[in-house]
Parts: sequence; structure tokens; C-alpha cells
Amino acid sequence: MLDTAADFDVRKYLRLEMMPHFLCPGCGHGIALRALLWALDEIGIDKDRLAVVSGIGCAGRLSAYIDANTFHVTHGRPLAYATGLALARPDLHVVVISGDGDCLAIGGNHLIHACRRNLKLTCLMLNNEIYGMTGGQVSPTTSESMLTTTTPLGNSEPAFDACALAAAAGAGFVAREVTHHVPKLKELIREGLEHPGFAFIEVLTDCTEIFGRKNDLGTSPEMILRQKSEIRPSAYRDTVDTPFRSTDLRTGVLSRNERPEYGSAYRTAAAAAKASAGEALGK
Amino acid sequence: MNAVDSALARPVARLLSGNHACALGAVAAGCRFFAGYPITPSSEVAERLSRMLPLADGVFIQMEDEIASLAAVIGASMGGVKAMTATSGPGFSLKQENLGYAAGAEIPCVIVDVMRGGPSTGMPTRPAQGDIMQTRWGSHGDYPIIVLAPASVREIYDETIRAFNLAEAFRTPVVVLYDQAIAQLTETVDLPGADEVRRVERKWASGPRESYLPYAAGEDGIPPMSRPGSGYRTHTTGLTHAENGFPTQKPEVVERNQTRLLTKLQKHRAQIDSVETLGCEDADVLIVAIGIGARAARRAVALARERGVKAGLFRPITLWPFPENALREAAANARAVLVPEMNAGQLRLEVERILRATPVHGLNRYDGEPIAPAAIADRTEELARERR
Repeated sequence: MLDTAADFDVRKYLRLEMMPHFLCPGCGHGIALRALLWALDEIGIDKDRLAVVSGIGCAGRLSAYIDANTFHVTHGRPLAYATGLALARPDLHVVVISGDGDCLAIGGNHLIHACRRNLKLTCLMLNNEIYGMTGGQVSPTTSESMLTTTTPLGNSEPAFDACALAAAAGAGFVAREVTHHVPKLKELIREGLEHPGFAFIEVLTDCTEIFGRKNDLGTSPEMILRQKSEIRPSAYRDTVDTPFRSTDLRTGVLSRNERPEYGSAYRTAAAAAKASAGEALGK
Repeated sequence: MNAVDSALARPVARLLSGNHACALGAVAAGCRFFAGYPITPSSEVAERLSRMLPLADGVFIQMEDEIASLAAVIGASMGGVKAMTATSGPGFSLKQENLGYAAGAEIPCVIVDVMRGGPSTGMPTRPAQGDIMQTRWGSHGDYPIIVLAPASVREIYDETIRAFNLAEAFRTPVVVLYDQAIAQLTETVDLPGADEVRRVERKWASGPRESYLPYAAGEDGIPPMSRPGSGYRTHTTGLTHAENGFPTQKPEVVERNQTRLLTKLQKHRAQIDSVETLGCEDADVLIVAIGIGARAARRAVALARERGVKAGLFRPITLWPFPENALREAAANARAVLVPEMNAGQLRLEVERILRATPVHGLNRYDGEPIAPAAIADRTEELARERR
């Protein structure tokens, strides 16, 4: 059963002194942020024990609005910073907010290894198909043929399927949702937050001002409705529904495994070594 | 007391390489997190710590690349844990981005850079001193940094401890810079007992959250840090920030905060500066050298004096900020200065900048071999005769 948003007061988790925020009118990132905060509230995660690490770009700026221990780090590196923080402080709940350029281009190496390592972290990748902050350049998830400031002839590179990548690299929990389905998105983030290992959640968001305008995609509601109509819920997995749905992107929980969580595996091995090997050290 | 602490508790003579001494020094200083990436000739630091840290209730992790290693170290330090990484020139180049972040966001951390031949992949197993300028100017923008340049295995142990203490005291990245020759040189060293090691702890925020400003500093210029979980819930960013930690572009606020950042080490030079001098009082020719080159120079001073040449040695142990005043004092009576170094002339630039009135000569070698004492003594003697 899905809860209604009415019970949740987002202001409890926001730094209200930071308002007004700097996102463009119509940007879908705020919807994703609200879903994250709603999920954190439902689980009851203490703000003092919450650490949010974000990279560079529009998504990277979101951490500043969250009333928690927030770290806005270098471009593409939030997963690497979060790895150090989570290993050094297993008592903290560490959430990473990244964008498609941050996570898949400059930070791609960190993503695949975070998935493989399976340290307990929740990574929210907000995919708006564009480098918005720098003025609208092509990103690894820009759809083919789309216009950007660096693909004036239309994008001829295929887009990354980030969830397929994360699943193949071994992430413990992989999910995707659109901003149209807020309660469902909140549920997926909640599942990710509660997963014992590395959780990767991709949110398809709309960049109306820069990507939408360049490609005549209409208003924010029109972009969001198009995303909703194009994606395929995972329940439709075996349904052949072309030409009605034009992308291969599925939503919902796309992969899940119960591989050992890295941090606890390390601490277990360390405890065993401590029990037996103390005096060998000085030699 | 954990197993590592008890193993380090008593004074003992050990046969150690420089890299192993670095690992022991780190643990003695309280390092409980290391992230690294394999690179010659520094890998023994990581290998040793991968065994020690789990037994000391710490964490070792080999990351996916050099960039991630320093990122993880800064992440651990933001969590309040003393943290270190180790690398060599090519890896140190990759770390510049996050080193700048640590300097700007004022996150304590220690970075060991074991120099090898360059540029690029260069000569991985040969000594060099080509990172002198990279350690000072490697990242973009203006920022303060401390670089320590030990010259022996024992000194690597001591300077690694001092690196942690300075990093924690002044909220800055500290680089421990030495070369392949000392890194993989094995010497017998007397290590102090754990209770003789002075450990400095970070200044933590106290008082009510409402009035806490994470980048507001008192007279000492060093703002107290907040530890995640202690209720302050602050924001840390690589963007230019105001006292409250949030980004700003207001010129007067930027100016005020940048000035504090850029001058914060100046207030503490008495604690930061460290030099070795030998025979400087009456020296006609002053030799300025660091690391393995300084060891050759120490011998060269004796050789030159046997030949009747008054030579002296000035060795900056703290390389950056460069101990200008101590150098001026050491060079007060010198008629010429010789800077032997294993690069094309980096340290010489700084010496020339400081000693404008004294001729400064280089003795450079960049073929992967250390400079021999006799070569330094010969050049010293030539300079002494020229200057008569």
C-alpha cells in the first residue's frame, strides 16, 4: 500500500534558510529530493546520523538543502569520498546524490567499483540526460539524435543504461523510477536505504529549461508525462509493446542480490585476525 | 590497548626500510584509515598498513585509482578519523584535484609522495627529486600546504608522526616527501616507545549549534571542526564558502575567508618550520639540499673541509612553507650557494628567490642515479676558489 504525501512535511529535513533554492523552474530534481527525504522520514533515520555526499552539477547542489551532515565534493568522486566516510564511520547512514555526468562519465570508474565492492551506501543518480550546470552539453545518457550545445548535428552516441551497468558490476540493489510516480519512487528509495549492501537508484528527471527547450520537448508536465509513457514498468518485462513504448528503460527493482556487505565482511576478518595475530606485528 | 599499540609500545631497534618506517609512524601517530593504489616505489607503505590497521581497529582499503584513494582518505577524515594515502609522482599528479579540495575545505590528511624519475611514467625504480614544485603548486588556485622532507629511515618515522600532528592542528593536507632511495633503503633505527610519541588531536566544535560557524576562526586562524553525529549538521564544500560553510561569491566575504585560509599557517611558523644546519656559521659556500641529496651533501661538507674549504649545509626538513628566515640566517656569511638536486633545478628557484644578493649555483642530476658526495665536494671547492 502506498502512503499519501499529505502526512509528510518535507520542511523538517530542509535547511529553510537556504531557500529560495537555485534549481530552474520545472526541474525534476526537487521531486527526487522530496522522495528521498520522505523515504528517510519513513525509516526514521536520525538527521544527526545522516551523511549526504554529492558531486558536481545540478544534482550535486542538492546536498546543501538537506538538514544533515552534508558534503559537496569534487566532480565524479562522491562515491569515493562516501566509501571512506562509511568505512571510517559505520554508525552513519551515508547517501550519495549524483547526476548522469557525475556518476557515469567522470565518475564511472568509482561507480563500477562501488557496485562491485558492495559497501553499504545508497546512491541516488538523477538522470536528466544533460550537463545542465555547464549550459547543456551531451551526457552519457543523452538519447540518440537529441540536440545539445555540443551535438549540434544530433547526438550519435548511444546512451548508457546505468541500471544494467550497475547490476552487471554487482550492485546489491538496483532500481529506476520516473518523477511522475512519487510514492513509488519513495518506496524504491526506501528499499534501497534498507538494503544491507550497495544500492543504486536511478531517477529519470526532466531538465525543462536547457534540454527540453533545446529539443522542443514542451513544458515540465509534458516532459514528465512523456517519460512516464515511454518507460516500461518491470512488471511488463516480457511484453512486446513497441511501437507504443519507445525506450528499453524499465522501472522498478531491476536487480537484487544478497552478496556480503563489504564493511561488515572487513570488520569480521579484522576481528578474526586480531584474535590470533597480535604479536606477529612487531616483527 | 590494541595489538599494534602494544607492539609499538616499547623502544626497540629495528631493521626497517623507509616505507615501513612510514607505516609504523602513521600508526603511532593515530592513523586509523589508509586508502591507496599500488605504485612503485611507495607500495610497501600500503602493504604494511594493510596488515597493521585491521589489528589496530583501523581500516585499510585499496581503491580503484589514485583519485579515489585521496577522496576516500578525505571522506574518512571528514568522519573524524586520522587518515593517510601514499603514492609516487604519477599518482600524486592524479591526486591534485582532491588535494585542492582538502586544502580549501580544510580537511586534515596526510599524503606520502615517494619521488621517482619523471616526467610521466619516467623511471619507476630510480630515485629523483622532481616533485618539489608539484608538492607546492600542483593543484589550481592559491592554497596553503605543508610539505615535510625527511632524509633517513628514522626521520621518515618522525616526520610522518609530525605530519599527522600538523595536519590535525592546522586543518591542512600535509605531504611527506621523500625519494625512492630512502624509501627502499634499509637501516637500523631506534624507535621510541609509544608513550614518547606526542599525538595532537583535532580541535572539535563545542557550544550551541545555533551559534556555531564551521569556518569562523579565533586568533589562531584555525576553525574548530564538527564531527558528524555530534549534532552540528554542517555543510562542507569545495566551492568558495563563507564562515557558515555555504557557497558565496560576495567579494568582501570571499576576500575575508580566503585571506584567513592563505595566511593561517603563517601564524604558526614556529611550530611548522624545521631545518638542519651543519657548519653554516663560517661557511664560504653554503650547500642547500633535501632528502638523499642532503645525505651526500653532509658527507661533502666534511670532504670539503678536509680540503680546507669552509662549506656548510642547510637542509629544510619542512620544505613548504619554505623556511626563508632560517635560510637567510644560514647564508649570512656565504659568498656562494650550491643546490645539488636530482632534477633540472627546482629547489634552486626557491633559494634564488630568497637569497637575491648571493650567487646560487645548481648541481643537477636526472639520470636516475643519486648525486655522489665527491661531486658535491668538487663543485663546492671550485666555487670557493672562484670566489676568492
